[in-house]
Amino acid sequence: MTVNDLIEKLDLEVLNLAEGDREITGGYVGDLLSWVMGKAESGDMWVTIMTNVNVVAVASLVDVACVVIADKAEITPDVIEKARAQGINLLRSAKSAYRLCNEQILL
Amino acid sequence: MSEPIRFHFDVDGDNFSSAGEASVQVKRMLRQIGIPAEVIRRVSVAMYEGEINMVIHADGGNADVVVEPGKIIIILADRGPGIADIELAMTEGYSTAPENVRSLGFGAGMGLPNMKRYTDDMKIESVVGEGTTVTMTVLF
Ligand SMILES: Nc1ncnc2c1ncn2[C@@H]1O[C@H](COP(=O)(O)OP(=O)(O)O)[C@@H](O)[C@H]1O
Ligand SMILES: [Mg+2]
Repeated sequence: MTVNDLIEKLDLEVLNLAEGDREITGGYVGDLLSWVMGKAESGDMWVTIMTNVNVVAVASLVDVACVVIADKAEITPDVIEKARAQGINLLRSAKSAYRLCNEQILL
Repeated sequence: MSEPIRFHFDVDGDNFSSAGEASVQVKRMLRQIGIPAEVIRRVSVAMYEGEINMVIHADGGNADVVVEPGKIIIILADRGPGIADIELAMTEGYSTAPENVRSLGFGAGMGLPNMKRYTDDMKIESVVGEGTTVTMTVLF
């Protein structure tokens, strides 16, 4: 499944789309950045409610396929700008992390 | 690639938002010179954790990266407060990070353990009141 598929099927809000064709090969949920760096894998859909600018750096270093902000957590324009600059797929939804994962796994 | 390639960065101590800039830049440069993706990930995550530590715990410092054939060395040096008990600091979950840092998703006490796990060798030299130097080596 690609990031484009995910956006369409889960009806996600697109904050930045850098590489819609990127294949999603797994997933990880977490807000503590060291845990994400220790456990998430390249190609994952990373679901989080963290929205500060460090999320973009972690997403880049871990090489996740996309970041999905759950629960429509508030995000500032500078973070979206950073995602654009670093080529990170940044998406958002009003759904909870639980529901997002449930829906993704059923695709 | 026989001559070592060296990168040097000053890590700003009071800018939390730009913390990680050096690691992201290193990632980009390693990709340009054709280092395997899995190696880049290990190097850049280990370096990022170290960089963040210098920002949170030591008011900044310096980062040096040396790329040799089959080997990448990361040296992070600061003039912060030092680490009194390195074994304790290495314990998963141990953190002295303040609340404002925790609210950003840091301070889980998993940084040093991650750095050790992602590298083939990690050495911490620290003198209380003088500073800390972390040297990490990734083989590939
Ligand atoms: N460069 C440093 N200078 C001083 N103390 C440090 C440094 N790096 C780590 N520490 C100490 O080691 C502890 C554990 O570090 P770490 O595992 O990265 O967890 P965290 O950064 O989440 O607190 C820190 O809370 C801090 O007390
Ligand atoms: Mg840390």
